[in-house]
This record gives sequence, C-alpha cells and structure tokens, in this order.
Amino acid sequence: MIRFSSVNKWYGRDHHVLKNINLEVKQGEVVVVCGPSGSGKSTLIRTINQLEPINDGEINVGGVIVNNPKTDINKLRADVGFVFQHFNLYPHLSVLDNITLAPMQVKKMSREAAEQLAMELLERVGLANKKHAYPANLSGGQQQRVAIARGLAMQPKVMLFDEPTSALDPEMIGEVLAVMQQLAESGMTMMVVTHEMGFAREVADRVLFLAEGEILEDTTPEAFFTAPQTDRARQFLRQILSPMHG
Amino acid sequence: MHYNWDWGVFFHSTGIGSEIYLDWFVKGLGWTIALSLAGWVIALLLGTVLGVMRTLPGKVLPRIAAVYVEIFRNIPLLVQLFVWYFIVPDLLPEGLQTWFKQDLNPATSAFISVVLCLGLFTAARVCEQVRTGIQALPKGQTNAAYALGLRIPQIYKEVLLPQAFRIIIPPLTSEFLNIFKNSSVASLIGLMELLAQTKQTAEFTANLFEAFTLATIIYFVLNMGLMLFMRWVEKRVRVPGLIALGGK
Repeated sequence: MIRFSSVNKWYGRDHHVLKNINLEVKQGEVVVVCGPSGSGKSTLIRTINQLEPINDGEINVGGVIVNNPKTDINKLRADVGFVFQHFNLYPHLSVLDNITLAPMQVKKMSREAAEQLAMELLERVGLANKKHAYPANLSGGQQQRVAIARGLAMQPKVMLFDEPTSALDPEMIGEVLAVMQQLAESGMTMMVVTHEMGFAREVADRVLFLAEGEILEDTTPEAFFTAPQTDRARQFLRQILSPMHG
Repeated sequence: MHYNWDWGVFFHSTGIGSEIYLDWFVKGLGWTIALSLAGWVIALLLGTVLGVMRTLPGKVLPRIAAVYVEIFRNIPLLVQLFVWYFIVPDLLPEGLQTWFKQDLNPATSAFISVVLCLGLFTAARVCEQVRTGIQALPKGQTNAAYALGLRIPQIYKEVLLPQAFRIIIPPLTSEFLNIFKNSSVASLIGLMELLAQTKQTAEFTANLFEAFTLATIIYFVLNMGLMLFMRWVEKRVRVPGLIALGGK
C-alpha cells in the first residue's frame, strides 16, 4: 500500500532529516512510528501525502508515485486521510460542514449524500448530537474525533495520524484512541506517530523506531517492547515507560 | 465675533427653478454616496485579488501585488486623482479620448475618474488587510485543506478568505469610512458632490458657517451610520473562537 524506496530528505543544506528510508506498509496493516523528538517521524508521514516534499528516492502509495511531478497530488491526497496533532478543524464551519466540505468540493458529492455520509461517520465517532456545534465549543477529544471523521469522509485507502493525542488532556486521550482502535479493527491501513505505547502494544501490527532520521527498528510490538535490538531504542523505552527515572 | 446665524437659509430659493439650497446638499450627498460605493466595489474586489496574490506560493504574483501596493499607497490621493483626470485621458487611443472628453457628460467623465482613483487607491490598502488576515491564520488550516485534496482556489474560497474577512472587519470598516471621506477630493475637479455643493452654497448665500456646519453634520451622521452597519455585520458573521485555535 505504501512503499518508501531509498528516500532522503534534507532541511536546508545540512539537516539530513530522513536518511535512506526503506519501508513497506501492507494493506490493512497498522504501523506505529515512535522515536525521540526531532527524529523525523512527523516528517516521515508528512512525506506520504507530500505535505513535505522529498529530495531523493521514491514513495509509492497504492501504485501512485507521490514524488512524480506528473502525479495529480490532490487526487492522491484525497485517498490519504491525515489527522493532525492540533486537529485543524475549520473554526468558521459547523461540525457537519467541516466533514462535508471536502467530499462536496473534491469529490463533487451532492450535499445530501455528503451529509448522510457525515452523519454515519459522526455516529461512528459518537458525536452525532454535535453536528451543529462549532469546533470551539467542543473539547479537544471531541475535536479530534471530528477530525478523524473528516478524514474518513473522503473514504481514504490509508489514514495517517501525526501525534493525534499529544495536544489532549489526559482524560480525553482514551476516547480518541478508542476510535482509532475501532478503525484499525475495521481493516484500515494506518500509520500512527504516537507516544502512546499502550496503543502500540495492543493495536499495532508493527512498530517503527526512528532516531536522527533513520529507521533503527522495524519489528512487532512484542519484539520491540521485550527485546529491542539497539541501545538507542532501549534508552528511549526506559525514558518513555518510566519518565520519573528518565 | 458678530455673526447672524440664519439656519433658514437652506430653505431659500437658489433662483434656479424651484430649487432650494437644501436640494443641493441632497444632490451632493447622492454623488458622494454613489462615488464611494462604486469605488468601494472596485477596492474590495481588486484588493481581495491582490491580497490573495500576496500570499500565494511562488514569486511573480506576490511581487506584482507588492509593487501595486507600493505605487498606490505612496502617492498622495489628490495627485492620483489629477493623474486619472488630466493625464490618463490624454494617453488613451484617439477614439476613446474623444468619447471620454467630448461625448461624455463632464460630470460622468469626472465621476469615472474619481471612482477609478478611489477604487484603485483603496484597493492597495484593502490588499494589505486581506494579506494580514490570511497570514494571521494558523498554517494548519492550509495543511488540513491540502491533506483533504482541496486545490488552491478552493482553499482560499472555502477556508482562508471566510476566516480572514471575519478577522479584518474592524480595519476594513475604517477603509470603508475613509473612502466616503476621501470622495471629497472630487470637488477639486468640479464634480458636485457634497463638499462642492457646500462651497457653492457658501458662495451663493454668504452663509459660510451654516453651510459647513450642515456638511459636517451630514458627513458625521453618514459615517456613524456606516460604522453601526459594519458593527452589525461583524456581529452577524461572528463564529465562536475564530482565531483562538493554534496548530501547525
């Protein structure tokens, strides 16, 4: 579904942010990407829908080469859902209009069809009763669930999550992870940048560990948590699992 | 100061038909409003296009808009009016020139010059406000729209401009009021808008103080009314927490 072949990216001349990334994500697979801050994990998933362009190599999503200048990038993006750390809902639109905007604009769906779809998705994320609310009147957890519904409304082949729970109060993290878990169980192909190791352990098929732009580990959650291969990963796990003793 | 105030002067006959002086003020106000609204339409449309251009990716379009702004913002309004009225018509091709200078009613050609002048001058200022409004929005708004597959024109129309305009209503209100005040430059090329009618009344009646007092009141009430109207618009389109949201 997603394939990285020898992908490199630099910020400016000196900052080599992605180093020779080779990676394959199969259909229906859930891959958690973790690593210390600045390791390039957000950049990695942002290259998949070209929110960040790459300098070298090739990214293939469902048979489409992302970094080919001839590729219709908007068409590709419509097939790749993206959920941001800060939700990025449109504050001037109601919850319902936030979700129907892209299906109507990009897929030229009728308002009726788009609203019906939006209501189904809102049911799924448990917010059907909030359809007329504005984003500012929702809690962070609710906003992120709307953002997930908004992404799903394009009926994407892949969903990408960029630290979806990092901006949330602790008591709201669970509701968002529950929606994501349900989505994973429905067979969606997902890449999730997160520090939620519980989610990684229970939901992920694979864990990628990135440090300084390199994939240091690419393995099952089981293997990653019980027998990490690199010192860097062991150190990271020590810090993240017991922050008090970091 | 000994001055005999005579507020009845506005009801005296001007000696032209059955007109009284108050009629001149009403006509003048009519021209002032027509000039300003026509100029505002140009300013808002062109200013929005230029403001969008300034925020587009790439270099050429933003630069063109920036040059426009510098030219129209740095030359006094009155100089611009003289250019539009005295110089530009002479640069037109023969046919257009005759049409503009001879076939058109002098009031109409003056009207066209003033509307263009006010519109293009104010567009430069509207441009800067639209640009600021767009740039005040979190980058995440554009990214989220890109991620959903929206194209640049759709992003501006559906996501950026509706938010930017809500943010810039207060400074835009000032520009809207300014164009009404600036329209008084038209009196200098003989267009009989409110200020010109005031001066004429003062000359005909020698009641200078009454004439200018009335003009002052009319300008003031007009602008107060516009301001209240814009406030009402602002309230109507308000959405909760518009610029409180952050994100990248």
